[in-house]
Formats: sequence, C-alpha cells, structure tokens
Amino acid sequence: MEIAFYLSGLIAVLATLGVITNTNPVHALLYLIVSLISVALVFFALGAPFAGALEVIVYAGAIMVLFVFVVMMLNLGDQGAAQEKAWLRPRIWLGPSLLAAVLLVTLIATLWSGDAGRMISGEVLTAKAVGSLLFGPWLMVVELGAMLLLAALVTASHVGRVASPDKPEVNAESGARKEAS
Amino acid sequence: MNGIPMEHGLVLAAILFTLGFAGLICRRNMVFVLMSLEVMLNAAALAFIVGGTAWGQPEGQAMFLLVITLAAAEASVGLALLIQLHHRFKSLDVDAANRMRG
Amino acid sequence: MSLLPLTFLLPLVGTLILALSRGTLNARASAVVGVASVGLAALVTAWVGWTFRADGGTGVDMTLWTWLSVGDFQPAIGLRLDGLSLTMLSIITGVGFLIHLFAAWYMRGESGVTRFYAYMNLFVFSMILLVLGDNVLLLYLGWEGVGLCSYLLIGYYYQTSANGWAAFKAFIVTRLGDVFLAIGLFLLFRALGTLNIAEILARAPEVWNEGSLEVQLAALLILGGALGKSAQLPLHTWLADAMAGPTPVSALIHAATMVTAGVYLIARMHGIFELAPTVLYLVGLIGALTLLMAGFAALAQTDIKRVLAYSTMSQIGYMFLALGVGAYDAAIFHLMTHAFFKALLFLSAGAVIVSCHHEQDMRRLGGLWRRLPLAYAGFVVGGAALAALPLVTAGFYSKDEILWEAWAAGNGGLMLAGLVGAFLTSLYTLRLIIGTFHGEMKSDNARHAEPGRGLVHGLPLVVLALLSTFIGAGIHPPLEGVLPSGPGADAHGVGHTVLGIFAAAASLGGLGLAAWLFLKRRRWLAERVAGGWEARLWRLWNQAWGFDIAYDRLLVRPYRGLVHVLRNDIIDRLVLVAGWMAWLSHRGLSYTQSGKLRLYATSMALGVTVILLVLVLGG
Repeated sequence: MEIAFYLSGLIAVLATLGVITNTNPVHALLYLIVSLISVALVFFALGAPFAGALEVIVYAGAIMVLFVFVVMMLNLGDQGAAQEKAWLRPRIWLGPSLLAAVLLVTLIATLWSGDAGRMISGEVLTAKAVGSLLFGPWLMVVELGAMLLLAALVTASHVGRVASPDKPEVNAESGARKEAS
Repeated sequence: MNGIPMEHGLVLAAILFTLGFAGLICRRNMVFVLMSLEVMLNAAALAFIVGGTAWGQPEGQAMFLLVITLAAAEASVGLALLIQLHHRFKSLDVDAANRMRG
Repeated sequence: MSLLPLTFLLPLVGTLILALSRGTLNARASAVVGVASVGLAALVTAWVGWTFRADGGTGVDMTLWTWLSVGDFQPAIGLRLDGLSLTMLSIITGVGFLIHLFAAWYMRGESGVTRFYAYMNLFVFSMILLVLGDNVLLLYLGWEGVGLCSYLLIGYYYQTSANGWAAFKAFIVTRLGDVFLAIGLFLLFRALGTLNIAEILARAPEVWNEGSLEVQLAALLILGGALGKSAQLPLHTWLADAMAGPTPVSALIHAATMVTAGVYLIARMHGIFELAPTVLYLVGLIGALTLLMAGFAALAQTDIKRVLAYSTMSQIGYMFLALGVGAYDAAIFHLMTHAFFKALLFLSAGAVIVSCHHEQDMRRLGGLWRRLPLAYAGFVVGGAALAALPLVTAGFYSKDEILWEAWAAGNGGLMLAGLVGAFLTSLYTLRLIIGTFHGEMKSDNARHAEPGRGLVHGLPLVVLALLSTFIGAGIHPPLEGVLPSGPGADAHGVGHTVLGIFAAAASLGGLGLAAWLFLKRRRWLAERVAGGWEARLWRLWNQAWGFDIAYDRLLVRPYRGLVHVLRNDIIDRLVLVAGWMAWLSHRGLSYTQSGKLRLYATSMALGVTVILLVLVLGG
C-alpha cells in the first residue's frame, strides 16, 4: 500500500511535469490523463476508493474528453508547436519556476510548522459512508453543487456560442463586435 | 511500516499544486493554462482526501465531490471562453485579450 | 392713483413675455411687445401725472407689501410719488417710449431683437423701481437692475470680444461705486435704524450734527455710488466704452436716464448732503472738473458716439455742479432738458449710423446734410440745445439757471468753470455737426447713405426736437416742497440778466470759433495737429487725459502682478500635493492593470506566498 502510494505519487509528479512542459496540446492532454489516473491510484492507496473511482470517471473520463473535443474542434494538433517552443524559452519559464519553488518551500514549511503528525492507515472509507453523509447533513451542499453546474451549463452555452451569420462581424484585432450600422 | 505519514500526502499535493501553478504562469497558450488549472484543482482535491483519510472521516471525500463539481464547471466555462478567444483573435494567446488594461 | 404700480409692472410683463417666448416671437412681434409695454407705461404715467396735478401735487405713498420681515427690519415694497419721482418717471417712460419706438426702426434686420427688447424693458422696469422706491433697499434693487441691463446691452453684440470687455469694464467700474453706495446705506441703517427715505431725511438732523464725521462719511459713500453710475471723475472711464452697445441703448441708458441716476440719488438724499457741506462742495468740484475734462476730451474724439458720450459726462458734470451749490431743482431741470436733447442727438446719430451702413467715424463721414435732412435737423436742434444757443433752446434755460445758482451761492470758481465748459460745449458740438454733415463725403458709406423713412423713424426725432427747443424749457418740474430751493431762487435781478448775457456770449463765442476753425481754417488746423506739442495734446485729449492708461498702470497691473504672485501660493502647493499623489497612485495602479492574465496570477501568488511566510516565520 505504501509502495503503491509513493510510486503513483512519483508518476503523478512526473506526468504533471510533462503536462506543463510539453508543447503539443494532445500530448500534454495524454500526460494529464496519466497524472489524473495516478492521483486516482493514490486515492485508492489512501483508502478512498469512491473518490478514486470518481476521479477516473469524471476527471479522466468526462473532463478530459471535453478537452480532447475542444482541441480537436479547433484543430490544434501540432499547429503552433513552434510558437509554443518560442514561448517556452528559459528566460520565460525561469522566473515562474523560481516563484513556484518559493511557494512550494513556503507550503512545506507551513506543513512542518503545524502538528499534523498523523499516520494514514489505509482503512477503507466506503461509498456508503460518503453517500449517507452527502444525502444526510450535506444535502444543501449537493444542491449548491447542482446549482453551480447548472450555472456553468448556461454560461458555457452562452459564451461558447460562435456568432451566427445574422450577427455583426467580429473585429479580429480588437475582438469587439462591430457596431451594427 | 504501518501507514503513510499524513505530511507525505500533503507534500505530494503541494508539489502538484506548485507544478500546476508554474504551468499557469509560464504558459501563454490558453489550453495549457486550463490544463494547469485542472492540475491545481486536482491537487487541492488530493489535499482534502489526505485530510479525510487521515482522520478516518468521509467528509474529505464529500469535499472532493464538490471540488470535482467545481472543476467540471470551470472546465466547461473555460473551454467556452477558449472557443471565443480562438474565434475572435484567431489565436490562443491569453495576452491577446488584454483590452481591459489601465 | 392705484394705477401707479402699472408703470413698472407693464415693462416687467413685457420682459417676461419676451424672455419666456424662447425665440417663438418673430422680430416684428418682439418689437410690438417691447414698444407697447413702455408705451402703455408712458400712458399710465401721463394719467398719474394728471391726477397728481389734480390732487394739488401732494404726492402719494403706496405700500404694496412687506418685502421681508426680520425682527424690526421690515423693508416694504413701497412706492413714493412726489414731484421729483414724477419728473423722473415721466422722463423714463416718455423719452424711453420714444427711444423704444426709434429702436423699432434702428434694430430692423438685426439678430436677437427679442433679447434686445427684453433687456430694454427690464431696464425700464428697474429704472422705474429706482425712482419710485420709497426706501433705499428698493432703490438699490433698481440701481443694481439698471447696472445689469447696462452690462447686458453694452455687450449686446457679443460676437465681438471688444464689446464684451466694454461691458465688463462698465459693470466693474460702476460696481466699485455700488459697493460704496451699499456701505453708505448700511451706515445709514445702522445710525438711523430705518431704510425709508422720508424717515431717513427726517431723522438725520436729529441724530447727526452738521459736519459730524459719520454723516460726512455716509454722504461721501453715497457720493461714491453716484459717481460710478453717473460717470463722473474718477469713475468715468466706462461711459465712453459703453458706446459699444446699439445706439438706442446709448440714448436711453447712457445719456437720458441711467447715468442721471446719480443726480437723482443725491437730490433724493439731499438731507444727508445738507448735513455734510464739505462733501456737498466736493460734489460741485467733481462736477466742475468732470465737465471741463470731458469737454476737452470731446474736442478730440473722432467717433460720433464717443463725442456724445463725453458731452454726456460733461453735462452730468453741470448737474453735479448744480447739486454742489445746493441748486437741486436746477440740476433736475437740466437733467430733464438734457434727457430731451441728448436722446435727440443720440437718435439722430443712430439715424446717421444706420443710413451710412454702420459707419460712425467722423473722418469717414461728411457732407450728409443734403442726403439726411431729418437727422441733420435733429443734430442741429439737439446740438443747439447742447451748446445752449440763447433763448430758443431748452438747454440755454437750464444751463443758465445752473450758472446763476452757482454765482448766487457765491461760488465764482464753479461758475467760471461752467462758463468755460459752455464755451467748450459749443466748440465740440459744432465740430461734430460740421464733421458729420458738411464738407465733402469722405467714404463710400457716406456717399451711399440711405435716409430713414417711416413714422417710427421720424416721430421720435420730431417730438424730441420740439422738446429740445424753448417748448421743453416751458415744462417746469413740480419740485416745490420736495427739494429745497436753490440759493439764487429769490434773487432774479440784473445780475441774472448779466450772467445770461455772459453765458450767451460763451456759447456764441464757442460756435463762432468752431465755425471759423472747422470751416475756414480746416487745413491749418490739420497741419497743426499733425505734429509737435499740439499733436501730443490732441492725443492726450483723444484718450481723455489718459485715465484708462493711468488706471491700467496704477491699479490693474499691480493687481495682476499680485495675483500672479499669489497664484504660486505655498498653501496651494501643499493642497496640490494631495492631488498629485492621487494622480501618481492612479498612474502606478493603472500600470498594474496590464491586461495580462498571468501577471495577475503571479501577483496573487506573490501575495499568498508573502502572507504564508509571515504566518510561518512569525508563528
């Protein structure tokens, strides 16, 4: 169980590194899926099989498929790979990496300054316990989540709509719709 | 060994979060920005799970459910914005959409 | 008598109709409203005058309502009709009506005629309030009202910025006098506890001894107000520039009525001035100085209207002279005849100006007498009255009376000044007439002069011309019992006749000299004026003794310099630092709003890092 945790953790970190350094969107997506699945394995190792299953189904299944659809729709394939390389020169990523490192050090320092000295035994918390919690005292939170999804649905369907032919043309430089004259 | 120290799980979450953050601020392509955001959300969810299992409570997984809901909502809206960006600017550079500047 | 308020309500109604029409009235309708309101007021005045005479000249007090009420301070909107105010009222509505009528001809084809008549009616309204008010507060309201209308009408052709500046100048210079007047009125109220004029005059001798400092100060301050409004030394500089307005305005406001408000004020307040003989003497002195100064200045003007403007100053100087020797009735009499003949002169000048396509420079006119006979006749009659041609003109009788009163008061110096002034008056008057109507035509505008036609053009000129002759002198203002009679009232004898002969000689001598100089020795005169000390003298007179330049050097420039220094005030600087910092932080903050998403994320992360570090290291 411990071996599973550390191994999947290592894979998750490496795969995530692949996500943020890759220049091809499709490859990066594949790395991301690997990362998510390894995190799901971490969940299993920690004793949260319900969460792990959800991770695979919703994250790696649904959300990533959405990403793949969009990438395919926009035909991003290897278009702009050269551009991505130009945008990823050391001069550009050095500063953010440094900042991220500082943030990491700070987070770890915060962890160590606390008294979180507990061990995770790997005891399984089943879906039953989660379900009775969600549909018992946390019912309102579920409702809120539903509402959030509904709002996201409406927003996405509104924002994502490409202008229909009877709408005014869009100015490619400024991004503003031209004034209807 | 009789278990995993809770700190190790949290450190893993912090590393993933930081990696996502690094990706967020050094990539200009909006697809990568959104992916980095997913990584960061996922890291936060991992922290919840670690906390929940450390205390032997199901609340961690319930919170994970909320995070995953949020991630789904964020992904759908973000991808819609991505489509608009591509449609209007013929580019995925987030810096192209900088007209709201002082 | 209940019709009395109509005299000022009718022009007010006219103003309101014109002002509220918002351009819906055409020029003709505006003229009808503007002229009719004053005409009706003149009819009402005639009725009021007739009943006044029928009642035996006792006068009437009317309190319309209490204006405001603060403790004991309860000024009323009250009217006081007596001989003095009736005289003024008749001049304002009568002459005012004729001028309005003439303006209907003069303003034809101008733009903004509605505005013109609205201002003119408002002026008549304010002026009537000024003379009818039974308390000084109402008088002051009218006083400020006429000042405002004067400002508005001088700047009537506002498209030319010089006219705006002339209006500014008139407003500011008269305002200087108004401030003096206001302080004087405060002083009166503080000492006497009342604003009612009759009560002021009754109480003043009880409260003050003759020649006490306080009454002298009050009289001096009131005199300051009168000097400003009546364009006397040293506040006279605005009147010549005030000729920027349309000519009927010059006739009504800057010759016949408003500028005589100072004379009216001093006559009305005579009780105060009687208590301050030194100030009263100063009034006469200022009048004498002004009439000489303006007489010389009028000699050297080339603009018809400016000649008339300086002659107005000079004639008002005569009135002040008369006031100064205590001959109030002579002053008011001259005020009346002056209103007739000066209105006539200005209207004739207006006829010339319009006929000659707005040419008013004498050097570019000339030889017009054949083309513009009516205007010429107006100029001759009016000029004769101005020059006090003996026996046949109104001006002779009034001016002669002033000179006689000055002599009778034992003030030979003032009388002599008056005689010299009379000589100068005939000199510049004939110069004006010869320059405008005789000799050769000096420009195309003069050659293509179109004589005015129609009743509205002819009637005012004819009526005023008749009033400027001895017929006008036959009208005696009913001033008995209102004003104390002058020092020479009882002693009409040989001395008066001799003085009359002297005055006639001065007038005729001036005319003769002018005829000789400007008809026979024209070329010689032009050569003399071209260079040498004569040229300098000419320039000095042309600029009216350089008062404008002196005021500019002594007052305006030091003030502007002071303002310039104070503009860099250290306190201002301190205050500006706040604004400067706000601006700086605005620039700084707006720089952070770069529109770059990643920069925002970075700064957020930086903030989070810093807060976490503080918590960890601090904890």
